[in-house]
Formats: sequence, structure tokens, C-alpha cells
Amino acid sequence: MIAELGHFALMIALAFALLGAVVPHIGIARGNARLVAVADNAAIGQFVMVFISYAALTYSFIISDFSVMAVASNSHTAKPLLYKISGVWGNHEGSLMLWVMMLTLFACAVSLRGKYLPARFRARVLAVQSALALGFLLFILLTSNPYLRLDPSPVEGNGLNPLLQDPGLAFHPPMLYLGYVGLSVAFSFAVAALLEGQVTPLWARWVRPWTLAAWVFLTGGLALGSWWAYYELGWGGWWFWDPVENAAFMPWLAATALLHSAIVVEKRDALKSWTILLAIVAFSFSLLGTFLVRSGVLTSVHAFAVDPARGIFILGFLAVVVGGSLTLYAWRAPKLTPGGVFGLVSRESALVLNNILLSTFAAVVLVGTLYPLFVEAFNAGQLSVGPPFFEYAAAVLMSPLIVALGFGPLLAWKRGRIGRAAQILLPALGVALVAAITIYWQSIGGAVMTAFGLGLATWLTVSVFLEIAERIQLFKKPEGALSRLRGLPRASWGMSFAHLGLAVILFGITISEAWTEEDLVVMAAGDTEEVGGYSFTFRGVAPVAGPNFTAVRGFFDVARGGKTLTTLMPEDRLYTDPVMNTTEASIYPLVRGDLYAVIGEAAGAGRWSVRLYFKPFISGLWIGSLMMMVGGLLSLSDRRLRIGAPKAKRAEG
Amino acid sequence: MQRFLPLIIVVALFAIFLQMMTDGDRNPNEIKSVMVGKPVPTFTLPAVVDGEGELSDDFLKSGRPMLVNFFASWCVPCRAEHENLMKLANEHGITIVGIAYKDRHADALAFLDELGNPFRRTALDRDGRLAIDFGVTGVPETFVIDGNGMITYRHWGPIVGDGLEAKLLPAYEAAQ
Repeated sequence: MIAELGHFALMIALAFALLGAVVPHIGIARGNARLVAVADNAAIGQFVMVFISYAALTYSFIISDFSVMAVASNSHTAKPLLYKISGVWGNHEGSLMLWVMMLTLFACAVSLRGKYLPARFRARVLAVQSALALGFLLFILLTSNPYLRLDPSPVEGNGLNPLLQDPGLAFHPPMLYLGYVGLSVAFSFAVAALLEGQVTPLWARWVRPWTLAAWVFLTGGLALGSWWAYYELGWGGWWFWDPVENAAFMPWLAATALLHSAIVVEKRDALKSWTILLAIVAFSFSLLGTFLVRSGVLTSVHAFAVDPARGIFILGFLAVVVGGSLTLYAWRAPKLTPGGVFGLVSRESALVLNNILLSTFAAVVLVGTLYPLFVEAFNAGQLSVGPPFFEYAAAVLMSPLIVALGFGPLLAWKRGRIGRAAQILLPALGVALVAAITIYWQSIGGAVMTAFGLGLATWLTVSVFLEIAERIQLFKKPEGALSRLRGLPRASWGMSFAHLGLAVILFGITISEAWTEEDLVVMAAGDTEEVGGYSFTFRGVAPVAGPNFTAVRGFFDVARGGKTLTTLMPEDRLYTDPVMNTTEASIYPLVRGDLYAVIGEAAGAGRWSVRLYFKPFISGLWIGSLMMMVGGLLSLSDRRLRIGAPKAKRAEG
Repeated sequence: MQRFLPLIIVVALFAIFLQMMTDGDRNPNEIKSVMVGKPVPTFTLPAVVDGEGELSDDFLKSGRPMLVNFFASWCVPCRAEHENLMKLANEHGITIVGIAYKDRHADALAFLDELGNPFRRTALDRDGRLAIDFGVTGVPETFVIDGNGMITYRHWGPIVGDGLEAKLLPAYEAAQ
């Protein structure tokens, strides 16, 4: 009964979406304010209905109603409650439900929070959102109905993939989806602007907080995903350039570019056409990711079960959304009159450089991801593109970005003076060179990339602090600098935090890549191994029983200089439904780095094969990501975006 | 022109996606064989069924086309295709050579006792060396060998569904 209710609510949502996608445009064409207002009601109606439907599905999972097919094939009574709830989005049908719920949630938020937008423009935006929801709802109802019943219903469910039964992964998809779907708002704003035929600095101010929010979620989603890979897969790695990881990384790159180019539109009324294109591309990348995971064209650990009918439907939908919006762009872009001009050396130019590098990187990742497909399509054999390609591209394209990042914030709008910026940054260059040379000299031979990476990270860190110092005129007028520091707008703090976060990530990557120590050994109880200056003493194993798994737990006492620091307890779990082995790495984070232990197979005679790591400063990756998110949130809470907005309404009339 | 560029790229991309998806045979997890068109590797292995004697590549160059099937007693999909192998041997009169991959002699023998033996000759590839030489990515896999001992076709995965009539038999006919 509850499931039927959910199914029914979904159909009502579809009707709302149809109304919301069509009626507002008619209202605008006819100048009928009441028809225009349908956009708001339809947006709220869709969210309420989809929410009811989603709640019904979650309820079916919680009570383990195995007569519902999605529940029977993905859940199990012995599963902890958290994974019953996260199991809703751990499969194709449920994840689409989550996707569409977030889509309608964002539309609802635009409707409620966007009262400052002119009614006509808001209606256009919401109509585009409704059209997107319409596509996804049709997709769910026609090809991926989660409410299909089983008769007779099985006594027990199939269970959720044990790799997904993990707190990190429970929250990774919702976070990532909030990011993916958040970009739909930027997309809708772009399409609405194209329909209206104008892009103003005000438009950029409206679209920026949404993009920023989506970017914060995307950053969080990627960080959670890589954290999960790091501790759950037990390989010690955190990023594998898997096609689906790339599919999530490309929207992030595009969103980062969009954040920066929208500043230029807002401040200087320039780069309009490019910014619109970026907004379309960023969301198109999100859709492409969805397509790649569900269509079965690529091989990936993330892929859902393949069904050609679904693939064709998404491709058709993708063609309409991406093709349609790009056609609209090709048609309307010439109408966007270029605004302010700027010199070759200026803040604008620095942001253009940022955009060129980020979008080139996104394009390179796209080519690398799809290249095996092209090769196969033209019958030229099979191949895969591996990490060296992507790492090389990242090094080549991101290094100049980081160098330029130091200069960018110090250049004036319109026309800056590179000489002055260079003068301010001279200490950063000095410190970076000293750091790089020291590293190179200390680690004898061949550590060029490490020295280079650390030099870049140091440069970025120091230049962020120098920029703050310059802004509060610390060196020119030290008195009163503190009060000026307090008076800095939050947007500027946000920028500094996010840029510093990037530096911390860079430190994390470089240091952990260069100095990770790894030991793969067979140990018996009582054996001691030295890894990275820490001694790991194996104390043997003990059997453990979980709610839906049994495990072998190993015990390792870790000591340094005779002082015991901690006991690591990695597990080798065997889940019962479905039967599957997973490794649970045990990690103890220290300031200097992570102690990491994995227990493998029994090697006979009480001996076990184990892997022990010391991963210096790897937490920089997640601390840095967190700093980026905090930066984004700080910028979101800026007065300009909170109070500036109502003023905009008055200005627009 | 510039403003049409994104659209053109996207249209080209989608055309390729569509082609990939409508190609019904395509399995993204399949790794294409590089052994097709090459002679069978040289080998000599003990038999699974007692009394057959050692099997070597000479048997595969007997002038008649035949099938080489890699199987294992521990492999579930092999069970699923076994019925079709029996059909190939008994109804179509096709010579099939069975190679037990990473299997124990007793287990492989028990497997054939239980489900029937469709194989003219058998061999035990205990350490999986021969499978590496054949470029096997997993069991079961079936190769079509022509009369000269050349590999003309590789069937990936179990022979189930329409795989027998639609793919394997035509490939066998072609090898004659």
C-alpha cells in the first residue's frame, strides 16, 4: 500500500513537472501573470510529491518490505538501520529517486529563496528546472520503476554490496548528487538568460551563490569518495582515474571555472557568452556522468547493472538537454553584447587564464576518459588510458595555474601592474625556491617532481598570506591593520581559505606520493616490522562477528622510540548476503601522517600476510578539501550575497 | 562558426555513444582476444580422463576444425554452458577439446562424471600456463580452431542463450 502511494505520488509529480515546464512560457508569451505564477506552485508541488514518494520508498526499505523489488534485490533484514536507509540510493532506481528529489528540492529553493528575482525570469528558470525533472521522472516511471512488486515476495532480500556498507559511502552519493544537481540551477539560469536574450552583472550575482553551493557539495562528495577508496578498498590509494571518478571530476573542474568567470561577469560585465557556455557545460558533464554509469558503455567499478533500454533513454534525454541548450546558445549567444574591456595584465586576464587552464584540463580528462571508446568505435582495438596520462596532464596544466594563482588576486581590475604584484610576491618566490632547493638537495638524486610540487605548494601558501597582508596594508600602515583584518569581507576570507586549501591538498599529494613507506610481509604473532620509523608488532588475530558479517581481526601495537602509540585493528570481513570479502583497513592519523594496516590471507602456521604503511601528511588531502568547502561557505555567507540581493530587486523594478 | 563548435562536438560524441549502445554484442567488460588469426600455442599436458594419454598441440592440427573449451569444476557459468557443449558434441558431432583450468584432477573428473563428458580429448592445465598462452581472461572461454591449427574465433564467457546458434556455430562453419 505504501509503495503504491509512493508510485502514485511520483505520477502526480510528473503532472506537476509537465505543468511547470510548459505553462510559465505560455504565461510569459501572453503576458498573463497568473500563468507565470504557476511556475512557483508547480516547483513546490513537485518537491512535495517527490518527497512523499521518496519517503515511501525509504519506509519500504526500513521495514524490509521484500514484496517491493528494489528492496528485495538490495536490502536485507540483518543490515544495520543506517545501511537500510543508505541502501535506498545504493542502487539504480533509488539513486535516480534521490537525484530527482534533489532536483526538485533545488527548484523549490529557487522558488522560495528567489523572491528577489524578477517574476518573469524566475518563471523561466523554474520552467527549465521542471523540464529537467520531467525528463528524470519519465525515466524513472518508464524504465526504472522502484515500486515494482514481487509476487510471491521472497522471505529474505539479496542484501547490499558490502563495499557500500560503510559510513563514508553512505553519505558520498547524496553529497555528490547535491553537487551534480546543484549545477542544474546554474544551467537553468543560463538557459533562462538565453531565452530572455540578456546577461547582466546582476545575473552573475544571482547565479553565483547557487554555483558556489553546488561546488561546495561537489568538493565534499569527491573528498568523501576518495576518503572511502583510501580506507575501504585497502590499497592505500585515494584516486584512480577511473572513468566514473573522472565523470565526477569534470563537473567539478567546470564548476570551479564557472565560479571564477561569474566573478568577471559580476564585476566587469565581460566574458558573458563564455560564462553561459560554462554553466551549460558544467551541468552537461553532470548528466554525462549519470549516463556513463548507467548505460554500460564503459567499464568501471562504479557501473550499475546494464540495461540497453535505459541507456538509450538517457542518451535521448541527454541529447535533448545538452543538444537543445547548445543550439539555443549557438542561436542566442551573438545577442550577448560584450561588456567591459580589459588589459592584458589585469584581474580579468588572470581569471581568463584560470578558465583556460581549468577547461583545458576538463577537456583532457574528457578525452582520456572517452578515448578507449573512440578507439573501439573505429575498430582499432582495445586499450585503456591509465593514470600516467592524467597525472602528466594535471602536472602540466595545474602548475601554471598555481603560479598564476599567486598573482591573480593582487592584480587590479581592468589594468593591473605585473611589476607591483611581483614585488609583493617576491618573498613567496624566495621561500618557495628555498623549500624546493632544500628538498632537492636533501633527497639525493631524482626528486625533481617532489621538489617542484612542494615549491609550488609553498609558493601558494605564502602568496595567500601576502595577499591578506597587502589587503590590510600590514607592512605600509601596521597600526590599524588588525581592525582592517577584522573588516575584511567574508568573500575575501572565503577566497583565501579555498586557495589555501588547494595548497594543503598539494602538500598532501606531493608528500604522501614521495615518502609513503609500504611493507608487504608475512607475520606471525610476536613479529615486529619497522615501517617509516614506526615499529608494528603483530599480536595475533581474533574472530569477530558483526550483524551481517564475520571477520578476522588482526592486532598491531604501533610504537615509536619504545613508546606505544596505538593498537591498529584491521579486519578481513566476510559478508553473508551477498557473500563477499571486504578489507577494513585500520588507520591511525598522526600529525606527521597516517599509520595504515591491512590484514590479508592466512599464510599457514599462524602466519598472516599483512600490508603496513606509513603515509606522511595524507590527511592534507581531506583537510584541504574541507578548507575549500569552508571557503565556499564563508563566501556564501558574505553580506554582498545576503543583503545585496534585495537591493537588486529594487534596481530591477 | 565558433558558437556552433560545442554543438558539433556533442553531436559527434552522441553518434558514437548511440553506435556503442545499439551494438547488441558489445560487452564493456569483455577484453578482445589478440590470439584470433594466430596458430595455437605449443603444449603438452596430461589428460583429465584416464587412458587418453597426453594431449599436445599436434592433436589440434589434425586437418579438421574443432573447439577448445576452457572449463573448471569450480566455475559456475561452466555448469550453465555444459548442456550446450553436450549438444554440440552429440547432436552436431563437433570435436571438442576440454582444458580444465586451474583445477584438481579428481575435481575435474568428478565434474565430468556428474554432468557428462562432451570432450573428445581432455587436458589438465593445473597452473594455468596454457590459458595464458591462449590469452584466456577467465573461464569459460571457447576457441574455434581450423584444420591447420589456427585460432579463428574466441567465444568469451559461457555459451548460453543465443550464443550457440548465433555466434559459435557460424564461426565453426566458417572454419571448415
